[in-house]
Amino acid sequence: MKAPFAITLRVGSSLANKTGAWRTERPVYVDRLPPCNDACPAGENVQRWLYHAESGEYETAWRELMRDNPFPAVMGRVCYHPCQTACNRGKLDEEVGINAVERFLGDEAIRRGWTVSVTAPPTGKRVLVVGAGPSGLAAAYHLRLLGHEVTVRDAAPRAGGMMRYGIPAYRLARDVLDAEVDRIAAMGVTIELSSPVPDAAAALRDFDAVFLAVGAQLSRRTEIPAGDSARILDALGVLRDVSEGEPPLLGRRVVVYGGGNTAMDVARTARRLGATDAVVVYRRTRERMPAQPFEVAEAEQEGVRMRWLSTIAAADGGTVTVERMRLDETGFPRPTGEYEELAADSVVLAIGQDVDRSVVATLPRVSVADGVVQVGADMMTGQPGVFAGGDMVPSPRTVTAAVGHGKQAARYIDGWLRGEPYAPPPRHPLATFERLNTWYYSDAPATVRPTLDAARRVSTFAEVVGGLDEGSALFEARRCMSCGNCFECDNCFGVCPDNAVVKLGPGERYAIDLDFCKGCGICVTECPCGAIDLVPEET
Amino acid sequence: MSERVRFFQTGSFAVGNRLLPLDARTVQSDPSRSNSLTSGHRACRGCGEALGARYVLDAAMRATGGRLVTVNATGCLEVFSTPYPETSWRVPWLHSLFGNAPAVASGVATALKARGRTDIRVLGQGGDGGTVDIGFGCLSGMFERGDDVLFVCYDNQGYMNTGVQRSGATPPAARTSTTQAVGPEPGNVFGQGKSAPLIAMAHEIPYVATATIADLHDLESKVERAMGFHGARYLHVLVPCPLGWGGDAAQTVRIARLAVESGLFPVFEAERGEVTAVSPIRHRVPVEEYLRPQARFRHLFEPERRADVIDRLQAGADRNIERFGLLRAEERFGPPLGEGS
Amino acid sequence: MLSQIEGSRAVAETVARCRPQVICAYPISPQTHIVEALSALVKSGRLAGCEFVNVESEFAAMSVAIGASAAGARAYTATASQGLLYMAEALYNASGLGLPIVMTVANRAIGAPINIWNDHSDAMSQRDSGWIQLYAEDNQAAADLHVLAFRLAEELSTPVMVCMDGFVLTHAVEAVDVPGQAAADRFLPPFQPRQVLDPDAPVTIGAMVGPEAFTEVRYLAHVNQLAALARMSELAREFTATFDRPLAPLVSPYRCADAETVVVALGSVLGTLKDTVDDLRAAGVPVGVLGLTAFRPFPVEAIRAAIGPARRVVVLERAFAAGVGGIVAADLAGALPDREMHTVVAGLGGRPVTRDSLREALAAAFSGKLAPLTFLDLDERLLRAAEEVPS
Repeated sequence: MKAPFAITLRVGSSLANKTGAWRTERPVYVDRLPPCNDACPAGENVQRWLYHAESGEYETAWRELMRDNPFPAVMGRVCYHPCQTACNRGKLDEEVGINAVERFLGDEAIRRGWTVSVTAPPTGKRVLVVGAGPSGLAAAYHLRLLGHEVTVRDAAPRAGGMMRYGIPAYRLARDVLDAEVDRIAAMGVTIELSSPVPDAAAALRDFDAVFLAVGAQLSRRTEIPAGDSARILDALGVLRDVSEGEPPLLGRRVVVYGGGNTAMDVARTARRLGATDAVVVYRRTRERMPAQPFEVAEAEQEGVRMRWLSTIAAADGGTVTVERMRLDETGFPRPTGEYEELAADSVVLAIGQDVDRSVVATLPRVSVADGVVQVGADMMTGQPGVFAGGDMVPSPRTVTAAVGHGKQAARYIDGWLRGEPYAPPPRHPLATFERLNTWYYSDAPATVRPTLDAARRVSTFAEVVGGLDEGSALFEARRCMSCGNCFECDNCFGVCPDNAVVKLGPGERYAIDLDFCKGCGICVTECPCGAIDLVPEET
Repeated sequence: MSERVRFFQTGSFAVGNRLLPLDARTVQSDPSRSNSLTSGHRACRGCGEALGARYVLDAAMRATGGRLVTVNATGCLEVFSTPYPETSWRVPWLHSLFGNAPAVASGVATALKARGRTDIRVLGQGGDGGTVDIGFGCLSGMFERGDDVLFVCYDNQGYMNTGVQRSGATPPAARTSTTQAVGPEPGNVFGQGKSAPLIAMAHEIPYVATATIADLHDLESKVERAMGFHGARYLHVLVPCPLGWGGDAAQTVRIARLAVESGLFPVFEAERGEVTAVSPIRHRVPVEEYLRPQARFRHLFEPERRADVIDRLQAGADRNIERFGLLRAEERFGPPLGEGS
Repeated sequence: MLSQIEGSRAVAETVARCRPQVICAYPISPQTHIVEALSALVKSGRLAGCEFVNVESEFAAMSVAIGASAAGARAYTATASQGLLYMAEALYNASGLGLPIVMTVANRAIGAPINIWNDHSDAMSQRDSGWIQLYAEDNQAAADLHVLAFRLAEELSTPVMVCMDGFVLTHAVEAVDVPGQAAADRFLPPFQPRQVLDPDAPVTIGAMVGPEAFTEVRYLAHVNQLAALARMSELAREFTATFDRPLAPLVSPYRCADAETVVVALGSVLGTLKDTVDDLRAAGVPVGVLGLTAFRPFPVEAIRAAIGPARRVVVLERAFAAGVGGIVAADLAGALPDREMHTVVAGLGGRPVTRDSLREALAAAFSGKLAPLTFLDLDERLLRAAEEVPS
C-alpha cells in the first residue's frame, strides 16, 4: 500500500533546498597573527609549536621551534619572553608559560640527542660570520640550512658570545649552551675560535658574503672621582672572568652602579662570590629601571639591596659617596646636594656597553651612527655583501633579538647570494583578545616553575630556575588558546544550525558548504580562537 | 553529571577536542553524526531551535543506537522542517497537532510496548507553546502515567511561528506582539508564567533537566542520561530566537550562555522530584548584559534606562542563584592534570 | 452463540476479539461500560498483547490512538457527546494522516444544556471529519460493525467510527451472538500498516502541505471514501460467509419495494419504525423503511436502489442543524432530487420516539399535511411557558 500522498515524505529530502541562496554574508576561515608570535624577537611561530607540544609531539614541536631559533634550551632560560607579556591568556587568568615549555622542549632535545640535518643542496657560496654569539651562530645555522658553506670566527676562546661571557651560569647552565652550540657545529658549520677578524674588507675577498655580529662588548665608563685605592671594575669584565673560572676579588661589600639586567647579574654574581652586602645604586626609581622585574625580584630574594634615586659622586678606599636624586616633573633625575657614604670594597660599573667598531674601519661605505652600525631593512650595511646584526646594530640588545637578527640576516644574505632578494611574507593582522570567545577555555592558572631555594642560591652558580616536568609542560602547553589560528576544536562544525560546515579530517580543518550556509555567523561568534571572519557576500 | 576529561586549551566546553579520544568527544564533533535534522530546512538564520533539535536528537540517536522515533508538536520546528515536498528529518518523525505531542508520543510508546518493540525509544518534542501552554494537559498526563517518553521542550519563550506572541514561558518585561512595549509597565507582566521543569518535578518522574544550546557537553550528557531511564522524562532546553528576541543571528548561542551566566535560566538536573545537580555559573554577569543585546528588552534602556525593571529582573536572577545554589555548586570537573587522579 | 448481554459488553467483547493492541479512553457516559469492560479484559490478561491507557481527556485519547496507530498498533477508543467534540481537532488529524483507528461513539446529545441522553448530535457534528461513520440499528449490528470496521479501516487506511445509541443500545440487554475468536481471526488479519514509525525505514509523517497540493490531498481522501462503498459490500458478503449471519454495510431496506413513502432513519429508532411500518402496512398504507448504516461515505447508489420509485421520503432525524433543518435530509435531497422530502426531528436529548407519534406523522405525510420540517411531539405547553418566563 502506498504511503499517503504529500503528508508522508521520504527522509532527508530537504537537501534539494539550497538555503545558501539566503546568504548575504559568508564565514571565511582566517589565520591571524597570535600576539606571542607577533612579540617574539626571534620570529618564532610560538602558537604552532605549542600546538604540537599540546598533543605530546615534542619532537615535532621542537623542530617547528628550530625552524626559527636554534637555541630552544638557551631561550627557555634567558629569554625575557615578550611573548608572555603579549599573551592573550594573561587577560583571562595568567599568561601561558611559553618560556618554560620552550625550555622543556630544548632540554628534551638535548636529553634525547635530536639533531638537525641539512637537506638543502649545496649552493657553493661561502659566508663568513664574524662573532660566535647568538646572532652570529643563529645566522650560521640558518645559512647552513639553506645550503651555504659557513665559517664563524670569534676572538674569544669559546663560542657563545654574551651567552657565555655575559650571562651568569645560574641563569644559563654551560652544558646547555655547549650542547646547542655543538649541534650547530655538527651541521657542518666551521667555528674558528680565538680568531679575531680585524678587517672585514679583507675577509670579503675570501667569502661571497660577510655577516658581522661582534656585539657590544666594550663596557661604558663614567667619570667618578676616585682615590688611588678605589677598586672600580666593569660589569662585563667581572662576568667574563667568572665565566672563565677566574673570579675577581670583589670583597665583602660590593656596590653595583646601574639599573639594567647586567647590574642585576653582577650583583647576584657578587653574592655568589661571597659578598655579604651587594648594593645596586641607580639614579631613578624601581619603576624606571630597565632591568626585568623578575630579575630585580630574584636579586632581592637573594639579598641584593637596592638604592633608588642615587648616583655615585666619588669612590675611595672602602667608601662610596652617594648623592641623592629626585625626579623632576619630566621624570629626569636631578641632584639634590644631599650626600651619604656607603662602605664598599669595590664598585662595579654596569652602565652600558659600546660596540667595538674597528671591524668596519676598513669599509668606508659602512655608516655608523649613535655608536652602532647602520643597516638597511635587508640588514645589509652600506658595503654590498656585508651584513650586520645583533647588538652592534640598532636593537634591544637581548639574546632573543640577536637570534632574530641572525635569522633575518641569513634570509637576506641567502636572497642576495641567489640574486633573488628575500621578501618577508606579509604579516597577518593581529589576533586580538576581543576576537576570542574565552568561555570555551577552561579556567587553568599557570604552572609555577620550581625555583631554587634562596638560601642556597647565594652559595652556588646552579640554575636558579628549574625546568618543568613533562606533565607540567604539557599542562602549560595546553593552556594556549591558539589565538587566531584554527586548532580543530570542532566548534564551527558543531554550532552550525544548518550543518553547513564540513569537517575535512585531522589537520585539514574545515570548509563551509555554501549550498546551505545561510550566513548567520554563529560559527564566527563561537569560534574560541577568533579564526573565522564574516565577510559581505559579493552581489 | 558525567565526569569529563580536563583539557585547558579547548576546555571541556568546545564541541570537539583533537586531544580527546574519539569516544570522549561530543556527538556533534563526529563527522558521521546522525544529522537528524539535516540541511535545507527553512529555519531563520541563526535559529536556536534548529540547533537545539539537532543536538538533542543526534545525542538521543547515539544513546539509543539509532533506535529512536520522534513525535513533534506543531510550531516553528515542524513548519520549517517539513514543507511538502521536502523534509529535513532523517529520523522517524510524526507530527500530529499543536497540543497533543506528549499524548501522541505516549501512544507511540504504548504501541511499541504492545508490539514488544521496547528496543525502540520515543522522543517527543515541541516549542514552549506546545509544551507549557496548549500541550500542558497532555504533558502532565504523560508524566503521571509514567509513559516511556522523553519529552523535550525547545523553549524560545514565545509563539514565534505565529509572529512572536506571549506564551506562559515568556519572561517578565519582554516585549512580544501581545505584550507590547507600551504603557507605564511595558512588555510582559511580572508575576506571570510558569516553570515547566519544576512542575514536571512535582510529578516525581524519574528525570527532569534543563539545558541550553550554549553548553553542548552538558546538553548531550543530559540527553544520554535521560535515555538511561525508562518512564516519563523531561528536558527543557533554552533556544534563543533571533527573530522573536531581536538578537543578532550570530549571537544566538552567546545569548543562551548569558541567560545561564546571569542566573536567569538555571541549569540543573532532578531525579524523582529532587534536584540532584546544578551547572554552576562560570563567569557571572549582571542581567543587563543578557538583556541589552535583545530588542525585546530595548524599552528597558531606551529612551531612558528603567533601573526599576532591571532591578526586578536581577532580583529574579539572584533568587535563582540562591535557590539552586548556582554559585555554590561543586566544580564539575576533576582535579587538573598533575594534581592526582 | 447467542447470549443475553448488555450492548456495551457485547461491543467490548467483540472489540477484544479484534485483538486491538492499544486501547485508550477517557470516561464519559454512556460510553463507560464499554471501556470499563475492556480495561478489565486487558488487566485480567484475557486480552493479551494489548495495552490500556487511562488518558486525561478525549483529546488525549484520540492523540494516543494516533500515535499508537502510527507506530503500527491496532488502536481503539470510545467516546460520546462532549468527548467527541473535545477530540474534534484530533479526529480530522487522524483521518488526514490516514490512520486506521476504530472508535465507538455511544451517541449522546451535546450541551448546553447538558444532557446525557441519546441523540445523534455528536456524531453528526463530525460528519465531515473524514471518518467513515457506521450507525448500528441494534446491538448485534453494533458488535458486527466493529469487526467490519477494523477490516475496512486497515484496508483503506482510514479511521472508522461505529455509532450506537447511548443507553438505548449501550445499556440494553438483548440477545447478541458475539463473534467468535476463531472466526474473527479468519476475517481480520493482523494489522499491516500503510506507514509506520520505524528506525529501519524512517519516514516523515504529517508534513505541512500548502496550496500547491492541498486540494489533491483532499480529493484523494474523497476517492478513498467512495472506494469504501464497494469494498464494504464485498466485506459484508465475506462477513456473512465467515460468521453465518447477514450484515447490512450500507443500507437496510425494509418493505420498500412497493412503498409510496419511505422513512429514512439511522440507529436504534429503526426498530420502532419497522414496527410502525408493520402497523401501517397492516392498514394498507404503502410505506417502507430505509435504514442507513453508512452515513459517511454516503451510499447514494444504494439509497437510490433501495428507495426505488417511492415518491415521498420522510427523514427521521435524531439531530438537526439549527436555522436550516435536517442534516441527513440535505444529503438525501442531493441524492434524490425528484422526491417529496420531509424532515421529522425526533428523539432529541433522549426523548422517546413512540409508534403513536410516528404513525401520526406518517398519516399526515400521506394526507399531504406533513410540513417540510417537523419537530415530533413538540410540547406547545412548554413553549408557551418559555415565553412567559420573565426576562
